[in-house]
Amino acid sequence: MSNLATTRRAKKKSYGPYGKLGQTLGEIDDRIGVAKGGRTFLDKIFPDHWSFMLGEIALYSFVILLATGVYLTLYYIPSSAIVTYHGSYAPLVGQKVTQAFASTVDLSFKVRAGLLMRQMHHWACDIFVGAIVVHMARVFFTGAFRKPRELNWTIGATLLILAIVNGFLGYSLPDDLVSGTGIRIAYSIILSVPLVGTYLAFWVFGGNFPGTAIIPRFFILHVLIVPAIIVTLVTVHMVLLVRQKHTQFPGEGRTEKNVVGAPMFPVFMAKTTGFLFIVTGFTALLSAFAQINPIWQFGPYDAARISYAVQPDWYMGFLDGALRIWPAWSFHSFGHTIPFEVTVPAVILPGLIFNLVFLWPALERKFTGDHAMHNLLDRPTDRPKRTAAGASIFSLLAILFIASSTDVMANFFHVSLETVLWAMRVLTIVVPLVTYPLTYKICKEMHDTKGAGKRKTANVVTRTDQGEYVATPAPVYVDDHSHELMPTEVPTFITATETETDDPGVRIVER
Amino acid sequence: MSDTHEQRTPVTLNGLSEDDPHLQPAAHHPETVERVIAVSLALGLVLTALFGYSFWVNAKPWILGATMGGGLSFIGFGLVAWGKYLMPRGPFVEERHTLANSQEDRDAFAAAIIERGGGVMKRRKMLGGLLGGGLGVFSIVAMFPLLRSLGPLPKGTLFHTDWHKGTFAVDQTGRRIHVDDLTIGSIVTVFPEGTENTDRGQAVDQTILIRLSNENFVTQKGRENWAPKGYVAYSKLCTHLGCPVGLYEQQLEMLVCPCHQSMFDVTNGAIPKFGPAPRPLPQLPLYIDASGYVRSQRGYDQPVGPGFWEHP
Repeated sequence: MSNLATTRRAKKKSYGPYGKLGQTLGEIDDRIGVAKGGRTFLDKIFPDHWSFMLGEIALYSFVILLATGVYLTLYYIPSSAIVTYHGSYAPLVGQKVTQAFASTVDLSFKVRAGLLMRQMHHWACDIFVGAIVVHMARVFFTGAFRKPRELNWTIGATLLILAIVNGFLGYSLPDDLVSGTGIRIAYSIILSVPLVGTYLAFWVFGGNFPGTAIIPRFFILHVLIVPAIIVTLVTVHMVLLVRQKHTQFPGEGRTEKNVVGAPMFPVFMAKTTGFLFIVTGFTALLSAFAQINPIWQFGPYDAARISYAVQPDWYMGFLDGALRIWPAWSFHSFGHTIPFEVTVPAVILPGLIFNLVFLWPALERKFTGDHAMHNLLDRPTDRPKRTAAGASIFSLLAILFIASSTDVMANFFHVSLETVLWAMRVLTIVVPLVTYPLTYKICKEMHDTKGAGKRKTANVVTRTDQGEYVATPAPVYVDDHSHELMPTEVPTFITATETETDDPGVRIVER
Repeated sequence: MSDTHEQRTPVTLNGLSEDDPHLQPAAHHPETVERVIAVSLALGLVLTALFGYSFWVNAKPWILGATMGGGLSFIGFGLVAWGKYLMPRGPFVEERHTLANSQEDRDAFAAAIIERGGGVMKRRKMLGGLLGGGLGVFSIVAMFPLLRSLGPLPKGTLFHTDWHKGTFAVDQTGRRIHVDDLTIGSIVTVFPEGTENTDRGQAVDQTILIRLSNENFVTQKGRENWAPKGYVAYSKLCTHLGCPVGLYEQQLEMLVCPCHQSMFDVTNGAIPKFGPAPRPLPQLPLYIDASGYVRSQRGYDQPVGPGFWEHP
């Protein structure tokens, strides 16, 4: 025993002041040289603002998507082969369904935690796209896309498109009645492309709709090809973020040339890891209590049947809305047809919007003549034109989104479908036009008024012995006096003089 | 047990004293916060263990989700609060270094590409041309799968359905429709006999059969004998995006597409009265044969479903 203890102590001593960890790091550093860069990374400063965690929500819901998605691929069968359903959901027993549908129902009811994983996957997708949009709005309205971060803006916008596409692909995989109708609409949209539409549609679907190729093709795109591109782009997005360092809002001690906040380790790491758990936990709770996409109620896809009053996943809503309210303007001539009633709302409109998104940094550089580097963020009120333009586009998308439920609104408000349709058509034009000047005016006024948008300190109201109330006015705004300290360098830990001696007071106790 | 004394080496903080306010927790009452975090982490631990148990015994989905979600949320909350309220409050600062390099470095980089790479090309123009040609040919060849293997070319498939001269109309179970089957105002989805269980039959040939009256019904000029005994047949594919036009408004005598609410007037050649559909639903000419079965006189006179470039 004592022999063993001595050996151990001797070994420990040879490790140096930081023990086994120090020894291991040394071994790694000998080979790949990580000490300096690793240390810099641990000291890396992350600015603190609630809006900076919107991107984290997107990242973490993507992590959830990968994890739950892997679980689902273990049980899902991507095949259009027809089988007779013999599972545990009684109303479907004996029906002829595709293997894709049967395996999705089975993984929901037979596989342990299968339904939970499926619902988490679907909810995480809705959250993923939502978080990307809100994160992009933050980046847009604060001007974080400006030089030097234009490339990361472009990558982010590409990620949004990929997220929407992959959401649609995944939503289609169960081959239920609702998603099958969605695929049919997608087929018709591809068909509507002038000149090459029919060829495109036949290449994507491997022939006439529906065919048997589409489920396996969507599957491999959904679980491998698109996610691989997303992972790559997310990695580049992060690397650029680290290299260019995060933007920050102006404030005490914050300049274009520094970053103020919390160090990566351990403060930011604790907060962001905790946040990963919270996002995952929230998604799990949502999936536990809010049902999403109950395909067994929709039934298997049958091209000759259709369900009523169904809306697509929220991020497809603006397309569906545009398709509903766009007039029936079809072009026929010289023996050819250009189905503008589909091409304009479903191909040209999203094309225009995304091109505007991609080009915005360049357009803004051109129109403002601002080619400087920007690491400090704008307050949205400081840039009334940009804010107004963004608000206007968002209001257009919001109206189109609302227009995707014209039938539901007509039922709900007991008005005719025609009234709702015309109302939405008018609103689609009027609302963005009104939003721009309105937002512009609000920004201008807030920008020019001291303290606008800031929280005031509370007046203190006291009641005297005579029953009289006296208010002590508090003219100061909360934000006017800073509670923050001036920022300081991250402390470095350096070894003091070697105090390590034979320490007779410490023994190794066997466990 | 505790061998930490042996490992830890006393350290000093460079530039900051140990009681510097930057290194103090942000919380006013760290002990209270610590207690809250402890409770949160403990709840997280218990719920996570419960999740393991409920997974093991295969509990109901909502129990799995509640224990997992609750457990992770509590752990996450504890960790975030720990980082936010108990760790050094800061703020700390870091300098940004310009990413841009000096003009010399840039010139050297550009020169390496142009002088070294371009020089090689200039000296061997023929090799460069051949290489470029080869890569160009390959990039075209790489597109061939698109043309030759991803799918058949459309050819005429979008123009024809399986309705021909004398085809029997059958319902989804394959039963032939007899003239006495439908009452006035009722509808049924029909298929060309033999296709009712095929993908193509369901996706392309599906036709909606409506009985409007007892008499021969004329929906439009030139279609005088298309609807014997009030049996009118239209393609069930919406001309907007190909959804099945599955709703029949009996009182308005309108077919409604549930996808985007196009409405078609069945008494007037299924002309779209409302919504985004640009064309009427093609009508199928019918006749009633000697035994009283509903059959098609011939196929549709135009492509069914949504519009496309080659659509006349």
